[in-house]
Parts: sequence; structure tokens; C-alpha cells
Amino acid sequence: MSTPDVQAAVDPLDEAALDAAVEQALAEIAKAADLDELKAVRTTHTGDRSVLALANRAIGALPGPDKARAGKLIGPRRGRVNKAVATRQAELEAERDERVLVEESVDVTLPTARTAAGARHPIELIQERIADFFTGLGWEIADGPELESEWFNFDALNFGPDHPARQMQDTFYVGGTETAGASAPAAGSPAGTSSNLVLRTHTSPVQAHSLLERGVPLYVACPGKVFRTDALDQTHTPVFHQVEGIAVDEGLTMANLVGTLDAFARAMFGPEARTRLRPSFFPFTEPSAEMDLWFPQKKGGAGWIEWGGCGMVNPNVLRSAGIDPEVYSGFAFGMGIERTLMLRHGIADMHDIVEGDVRFSTQFGTEI
Amino acid sequence: MPRIVKDWLADHVELPAGLAAEQLAEALVKVGLEEEEIHPAAVTGPLVVGRVLEQHPEPQKNGKTINWCQVDVGPHNEDGKPVADGGTPRGIVCGAHNFGVGDLVVVSLPGTTLPGGFHITARKTYGHVSDGMICSPAELGLGGDAGGIIVLPRDMGFSEADLTPGQDAIELLGLGEEVLEINVTPDRGYAFSYRGVAREYAHSTGATFTDRGVLTGSEPAATPDGFEVRLEDAAPIDGRVGCDRFVTRIVRGIDPSAPSPEWMRRRLDNSGMRSISLAVDVTNYVMLDLGQPLHAYDLSRVAAPLVVRRAAAGEKLTTLDDVERTLHPEDLLITDSHDDGTGSRVLGLAGVMGGESTEVSDATTDVLVEAAHFDPITVARTARRHKIPSEAAKRFERGVDPLLPAVAAQRVVDLLVEYGGGTADPAVGDVGGTAEAFSRTPIVLRATEPTRLSGVEYTPEQVRSTLEEVGCEVRASTDTPGDAPAETFAVTPPTWRPDLTDPADLVEEVVRIRGYDQIPSVLPKAPGGRGLTAEQRTRRSVARALAETGFVEVLSYPFVGATDYDALGLPSDDPRRTSVRLANPLAEDRPYMRTNLLVTLLETVRRNVSRGLSDLAVFETGLVTRPAADAPAAPALPGGARPSDADLAALAAATPDQPRRVAGVLTGDREAAGWWGTGRAADWADALEAARLVAERAGVEVTVSADSGHMPWHPGRCAKLEATDSAGRTHLIGHAGELHPKVVEAFGLPARASAFEVGLSTLVAVAPDEPVTATPVSAFPAAKEDFAFVVDAGLPAATLRDAIVSGGGALLEDVSLFDVFTGEQIGEGRKSLAYAVRLRAADRTLSADEVRGVRESIVAAAERAGAVLRA
Repeated sequence: MSTPDVQAAVDPLDEAALDAAVEQALAEIAKAADLDELKAVRTTHTGDRSVLALANRAIGALPGPDKARAGKLIGPRRGRVNKAVATRQAELEAERDERVLVEESVDVTLPTARTAAGARHPIELIQERIADFFTGLGWEIADGPELESEWFNFDALNFGPDHPARQMQDTFYVGGTETAGASAPAAGSPAGTSSNLVLRTHTSPVQAHSLLERGVPLYVACPGKVFRTDALDQTHTPVFHQVEGIAVDEGLTMANLVGTLDAFARAMFGPEARTRLRPSFFPFTEPSAEMDLWFPQKKGGAGWIEWGGCGMVNPNVLRSAGIDPEVYSGFAFGMGIERTLMLRHGIADMHDIVEGDVRFSTQFGTEI
Repeated sequence: MPRIVKDWLADHVELPAGLAAEQLAEALVKVGLEEEEIHPAAVTGPLVVGRVLEQHPEPQKNGKTINWCQVDVGPHNEDGKPVADGGTPRGIVCGAHNFGVGDLVVVSLPGTTLPGGFHITARKTYGHVSDGMICSPAELGLGGDAGGIIVLPRDMGFSEADLTPGQDAIELLGLGEEVLEINVTPDRGYAFSYRGVAREYAHSTGATFTDRGVLTGSEPAATPDGFEVRLEDAAPIDGRVGCDRFVTRIVRGIDPSAPSPEWMRRRLDNSGMRSISLAVDVTNYVMLDLGQPLHAYDLSRVAAPLVVRRAAAGEKLTTLDDVERTLHPEDLLITDSHDDGTGSRVLGLAGVMGGESTEVSDATTDVLVEAAHFDPITVARTARRHKIPSEAAKRFERGVDPLLPAVAAQRVVDLLVEYGGGTADPAVGDVGGTAEAFSRTPIVLRATEPTRLSGVEYTPEQVRSTLEEVGCEVRASTDTPGDAPAETFAVTPPTWRPDLTDPADLVEEVVRIRGYDQIPSVLPKAPGGRGLTAEQRTRRSVARALAETGFVEVLSYPFVGATDYDALGLPSDDPRRTSVRLANPLAEDRPYMRTNLLVTLLETVRRNVSRGLSDLAVFETGLVTRPAADAPAAPALPGGARPSDADLAALAAATPDQPRRVAGVLTGDREAAGWWGTGRAADWADALEAARLVAERAGVEVTVSADSGHMPWHPGRCAKLEATDSAGRTHLIGHAGELHPKVVEAFGLPARASAFEVGLSTLVAVAPDEPVTATPVSAFPAAKEDFAFVVDAGLPAATLRDAIVSGGGALLEDVSLFDVFTGEQIGEGRKSLAYAVRLRAADRTLSADEVRGVRESIVAAAERAGAVLRA
């Protein structure tokens, strides 16, 4: 290709030289075999340093009458070159679209997973969904310790030391603190003495924490981990999850409890879901009820299945938090999250939920 | 839990004919007695009455003699015709001999299923085809000895006239009933009886209820010569005496061989209780019927007076279950006054279990009946202490009607007289309470209270009548709680309902009896909350970020043992070994609560690896327990009142610190090999990147430095992450890097597995709570400058980066390390670090001079850090 310096020498009135430049440009444009070559050709012949561009720039230095003549010589020639570039551009693009892109085609069914996708555990996801439901109602979400004093787990909830219900639950009691692996227990509470601590057997202690720490009016839900001394089998696990709800305000009634449960059931199981209450007993609620869920997918035909316990907060629980039960009333409920998840997703065996096999979590992605 | 036999229940309440167990369950669940199970009928299929027509003894080679019998089973004969109508009897082989020709027996024909799932078929035996089986009581689940077959008139008391060959024996013997077992909540002790369940059935359905648990007026009053009983409780628990009523009755001259009537045995059997002897069966029967636990002593073996007292330290008793028990001073005892004086011999644990010494035997003719009322807490503690969940204890600890003993004792006497041929002794003992002693203080109830708590409109009349229906005495009260005048009731609950103590309990009765299905559904309006807390949002953000970068979330149990810490390589004095130990762990080798997440997460990784999944990136978020070695025990405080601030502080101080953490483990390939080329093994940097990501999502800037001595990490490949809070204090955030080869081996992981563990609670505490102040984005062009510095191989890249940042000053927009190089050209012990730096001003295009100035400043700063610019 010509160098810019050589081209700089062209006289804007030298018609032959201008024609030669045009001819050379047209020839090279026609020869350009693909879009990249055409791009280079275009720079050479239409760019700032091209023969015609430099000749055009030189017009300014010409005496008056020559200016017009040179303009008439150069303008149409530049037009011809530009048009040829555009034409060739269109041809090459058409050819690329027809042939080259086809030749470049790949097998899009090849696997693309260079990095495997991650996933959330469904127990965690469903707790987030539950939290979203309750924050949507204007409630707040509370957390509490899993290792809890007996007062919060039992006494504050109206389980006296000899209450038969205190025996209903299979509680993990804390023996003490020691150095694991040391031959003798560490200083401090010696092994076997009563620490008055337990692994919480339900999320209900959060009721007492919330009442004491947040006061009334209170609308709080608490999803979390709880512990009972059940061996792992298809439907039981010693470590599982519950969601607790408590609302205490002036004028709250069992009708509000039913309304909240119905709305929650619909959020979890769809618009057809509904609940029913059956009389039952819990020390921390009075009146108390078991809550059944209408479950269309029940094995052997639609029917009621047990979903959780609930009731009106026992006046003694309110008193334990220094709240006057004559002025305030409230309701509380709790249900098992594993059970909810198993029902919702047709999970038959608890082992899948607790064993931590990545193939189980992976099915659920990051949203359920 | 109680089983409900329908014809027994019908003694107390009208039942519709043909009521199915399922319908009964449906009626009871409405009032709060939940179905536990429906036990299938004991016998199904053709079980019929048969008459033995022929009986041919045939000695066998094995020494036994069998009977080859011809039995008329009426229309069930092969040809469908009774023998009287010319039919042919069935041939049946029978091994028993306690019957003869002409006897009416029970025959299970082919197609019958007997208790235990035993199917009867016609089968060839001893040279005959036996076309059925002649049944013994044991084979029908009727208890008793299996010695012989049942001859219906002789053994069951049926009249010959009522029996016809071919008649259905299932109904005759009550063997076809499905039995409902219900679940009784701890507050409803009275429902551990037919009397109580019948009352509830009446509440549910409106059926007519007859209370058989009240005095009829025909019971004899206590007499001065009643068997002497002394109630001597020297140590009541919380002021409640252990025994406040003790009724004794005596029946003499019972025939020790008299069997319990068939109907009683059947009812006991269907209720899940074995028939033992008439005296024992009668006490069990009356207990199930009325709810009053009873005890029968062999009068000849008891020496008056009986003394009810607490145990002395070291006293022993062998209970009826043949276990010798060392007694506790809180145990309440029934004692008699044998050789060594008054109250010297222990007969039983009051309300829990009797002892061997005075047990009725097959020689007992005179029986002393005990019907007493014991303190629920005393009984509950003793039952728990000695692990005897007896039927009596079950009832007493839930509360028994204190007015029952005289009624129940009379029933026992009546039954022993009728079926044992005994004579009731005119002497009657009744020590302790009277009806007045058990009268209760009325509960003051605002008539509007049920409506206030339920949201259902009840009229005062409805409230009153409903409470009366459950047995309460309701009077208008003048005692008005609170300031507002309102209609109030003084409600005295019935003696069988010790659970009704507060207005809320009465509200439950009203709402329950009138129906929970009457409650409308009204979603309450909360005042509006603040949404999720910063910690809750951070938790989600972190978990989602990890999942989006390929980590899979898992959960693990928090229980660990010392060997798990050993596998983690923790030194013996590592503070992470200071653990909370459970008093009753599920597995003795894992008694501790985890102090870090990796110890259990690595176990989960091991499980995945063992299942053939080796390219793993997993994470877990959860609490760990970090107790102080010298933490005080939590105070034991009563419920029902707000603890003082000091007590609440003591509870908080005793509860171990439980920070939330997030941990992750990577093994195998981080990027898979495939058609695109080779994969990339996960390494320390992936773990550190994840840890940094967690901090970044929490909004915390971390500094990273090497940590050479922190198990379970590789000493040369472990990063410590730290952050500074707004007060300038530095906090340890966590660790990340490659795991120590010993740990990798101990957990059976692929080589070079990496891990991180980061404190989420710490991050949230350190994170600035001020919102980010935005910096305007400059649209002026950037200047890019590259640098290659040679430094000592040991100089951390972060140190050089910090020097570059300080040298770059305000114009430095970004710096990135794009190459690390070692080799001969660089020299032994040296490395080359190449950085790309981007400079930009907020308000102008940088001039060449400005760029040159910054470049020189960067080089100078790097040189001060020990770097040399590569030529």
C-alpha cells in the first residue's frame, strides 16, 4: 500500500493522479475478501491520510478559481469510492450472514457448566419465605438462643417444675462446661450438676424474650432450630425447626388467631388451604388448640392433617413478662417446619433433610 | 392412653346403635380428646358356635392323643344345612380333651383371622383334613390359661337355650369390636375413665349422660371400727399433704378360685389390660370405669394400723414388678404395723405401686380395699424417680376427683360380693377429707370474658349454662374485678376438674363446648414493623451470595465428641475445646455442643465424599456455643411473675455465648474439566475468596494476614481475616485457607481440601451502621500505568499494595495485581509483582506531568516498602 507521505504529494488539480487513486481504490475494494480486509482498504482510501482526503485538504491553499475546479474534480471521485465501499460492505455482510456465520456454528447442546450451580438448603429457604409472609403482615422476626435457661424454656411459659407437661417433651439437659478430651472436667460447673440450662425444646421461649425485651403491642414470628431427644428416623429428628408466632395487643381474640393461621396456610399451601382448630392443651396457652390443615394432596384422599399447636397466650405467661392480662390479650402458635416442607414438597424421608447430601439441597436452587 | 370399649361407654352415656369407632373418634376430637389409634377387631371371619356330635380319641406316634371330631356348625356346614335339616357336620382335629360329645364350643372356620394375625385354613393333619379349629380362650385373645378349649355354657356362663350351632360367636364374645384409643392431654385427668370420656361424649353430641361417679346415698357411712388408718405426713411438699383421704372396705370369704366374669375380662382385654384374678380385675375395672385407682390387700397379711407416711432415708421396698427399690424421703408410703411397731413395714408406694408382701394371692379369701386420694406432685415425683409410669400414678399425677373414693370402694365391694361370693364387712374406714374439705374457692369470671378472648359473641346465659354443663356451680357474683361494673359469675368447678383454676380455663370450657368451629376468621392489623434486622438481612445476603457462586447449603447436627476435636487437630488447651456437655446426649461419644461449625460440617463433607461426590463446595450457617469455663448456673426462678432485672441479668449471664457463624468447605475441582479443557482444582484462594465475599456482603472491609498456627488449617496456607470497628478496635473475623493434611486425612477428604469459617455475628457487630455516602462518578478519562516490582519472596503482596495505594494518593482509582513471577531472572528468594494502576481525577483530564508525578510517587512508596522497580 501507498504510504501517506507519497500521497501527500498529489496535486488536487492533477486529474490523472486522482483517477489513478480512484482506480486503485476501486480495485482494492473489489478485491477485499472479507469485512476485515474491507475495513483496512477503507481506511487507506477514505481515511484522513488517503490520497483523496489529502487532495481535498489541499484545496484550501489554492487560488480562488482553482478552488472550485478542484472541488468539482475531487468531490464526485470521493463519492464513487465511498459508494464502492458501501456496496462491497453490503455484499460482504450478506455473504457473512449466509456462509461464514453458518460455518462458525457450534453445538449449543454441549454442557456449559464449568462451575456447578450452588443452592440453598430448603429448610433455610422456607424459613425465609415464612419470614417474608410475616413481615408482609407488618410483624417482625425475632431470633433467640438455642441453648436456653430452663426459666425461658419452661417456667416463663407456665410449665412449673412438677408440671406433667414438662415431662411431655424429651428435653436435652445441660450437664456443665468442660474441656472436651481432657481427662478431668475443667474448672467451673462440674459435670453432672444442674446448670438449669436446656437445648430449647420449642421456639416458644422467644415469646417470653420478645415480651420482656420488646413489650406490647407485639407481633413477632420466630423461625428457628429446636431439639428433642428423639432418634432420627423417617419422620423424627433430634434437631428440627419450628416457627413460633406471638401477637399481644389490646383486643386480640381467637378469631384473630384463626385469621392469621388461615392467611399463613394460604401463603404456604395455596389459595385452597384452610385450617381448623381442635381443643387441646399447652401450658402457655389457654384456651389451647391443635391446628389442622386441609390438605388436598393427602395420601389416600384430601383430608385434615395436624399442622401445629396454638392458643390464647396464658395470662401467667403475660404476667411472667410483667404485662397485665386484664388489659392485653394475645395469641401464639407454633408449627414444625420440617413437616411443612415435607408436605409442601412431597419429601418422604427425614434423612434427606438432615444428612447434608448436596444432591438434596441442589434440587431446590435458591428459591422455593 | 385410654381405650374406649363402646358397650362399656354406653353404661355412662347413651350411644346410637352401630356407632363406629371412627364416628366415636370424630365426636370426641371436637371436645379435645384426640384419636391416638383405632385398634382393629381382634377376630374377623366365620367364628361360630358349634356342637360336638362325635369325638374319637386317636393315639399318635408322638405319644399325643388327638380327638377326631364331627362338629355341627349349622348353616356353616359344608352343604350349608344344619345337621337337624339333614346336613353333614364338619370334621375337626382337636388336641384338647376338656370337652365331650354334646358340648357347645367355639369354632373358627377356614377364613377366620384370630388375634395375632393367625389365619385359619382347612389343613391336613394327623391323617385327617381338619376343617377349622375348636378354640381355647387364649387363642381368642380372652386371656386365661391355654390348657383347654372353651365350653360356652360351662366356661362363659351362657345358657344352652341362647346358643345355636352356626351362631356368630364374634358378637357373642364381643371379639369383633374396633377399639378407639384416645390421647388425653395432661390437664384432663378425669378423661382417664369411662365416666370422664362419657361426659365429654355428651358435651360433644348432647347425648344423655348418667354420672356413676357420685354417691347414690346407699353407701354406708364410715364406722368407728373401720380398718385403722393413720395419715402421718411429716414432710408435705410445698404445704400439701401427701394423702388427704383414705377409704378402706373389707370383703370376707371370697372364693379364691372364682373367675372374673366373662364380660369383665372382655372389657378389660379390649381396654388393653390383662385379666389376673377376680380381686385385681375388679380394682382395675373400677379404676378404668370411674378413674379412681384402687388397691386390694390380702387382709390376713396386713397388720393394723395402716400408716401413710414419707419414707425414711435408706428404706427399701420390693414392688409388684419384682424390683427392689431404695426409697427417697419424699416418697409417700403405705405401711402397716407388723412386728416392729406402728408403720414399720412398707407395703407400697402410695398411688404408684404396691408391694409383694401383702399382694392378693390364689389363697386370699379376705380382701382389704384401699381407695385413697394422693397429692399429684408427690405421686408424680415418685413415679418419675422410680420410673414407674403405672396406671394409678398416671391418674393421680393428673388429679383424681377427691369425692370418688367412697363411690369406687363401694363398687369394688359390690363386685367382689357378686362374683366372688364374699360378704361385705359392715366396718367402713374413711379418714381425711369430707366433701366440705374439698370445696373450692369460686373463680370470679366476667360474663364478657369468653367473648373478649374468643371473638365469638356469647350471651351471659350461654356462658352460665355451658359452665353448668361441664359440672360447674355458677352463681351471680357481686365481686367485680377491675373498675368497670360488669355482670360477673362466681364459678365453682366440679371436684373432678382440678385443672380449672383461672378465668381463662373457664373461657376454654365455654369456647370448647360451644365449638371451636364457631370462631370466625379475622386477620388482625399489626401496627407495621421495621422489616428484617440488619443481621437477618446480612444472613440472607451472605447465603445467597455463596449459593450464587456455586456453594451448596447443608445443615449438620451440632453434637460433637472429643475425637471430633482431635480430628480437627485442636491442641489439648485450645479454647475451642471448652464445650457445653449435655447431661443426656443421644450418643455418649458425642456429648458436646459444637464450638465451631467446621467440626460438624467436615463430617457432612465426609459423608458426601463417601457417597462418591468429590467436587464439593458446601456451606452452613448456624450457631456455635462458646461457654465461659467459669459461668455460673442459671438461677431457678418461678414462672407467673416478671423476674427482677438482676435475675434476668443472671439468666443472661448463665446462658453461654452463641454466636452465628458461616463456614464452607471446598474439595476437588472448583471448575470442572470438560470439552473446553481441563478443570481447576479448588484451593486456598477459593476459600479465602468466599470468606472475603461473606465479609463484603456484610459490608465489612477486612484485612488479611498469614496465620501459621491455627488448626485445622495448613500452617503455610491459612489466612486470618480481621476488621476494625467504628471505635477503632480490631476484631477477628475468621480464617480461610487450605486444610492441614492431617485433617484432610482424618476426615477422608480429597487432598488439598480448603475451608473457611467466619463469624457472622461479629461481622454484623463490626459493620458500619451509617449508610454509604456516595462519591460522584468521574466522567473524565483515566490514565493507566503498569508497574513491575521485585521484592523479597516473603514480603506479603498486601504490603506492597498498601504502599502503592498510599503513593497513588487521591488520584488512584484502582490497583490490581496481574502477575506474580519467580525465576532465574528475578533471583533466588525474590519475586516479581506486576500491578496495573488506574488514575483519574474527579474534575479534569490528567496531564502527562500529573501522571508522571503520581507514577514517581508510587515507585518511591514501593521502594520504601523494599521493592525495586523492574527495568
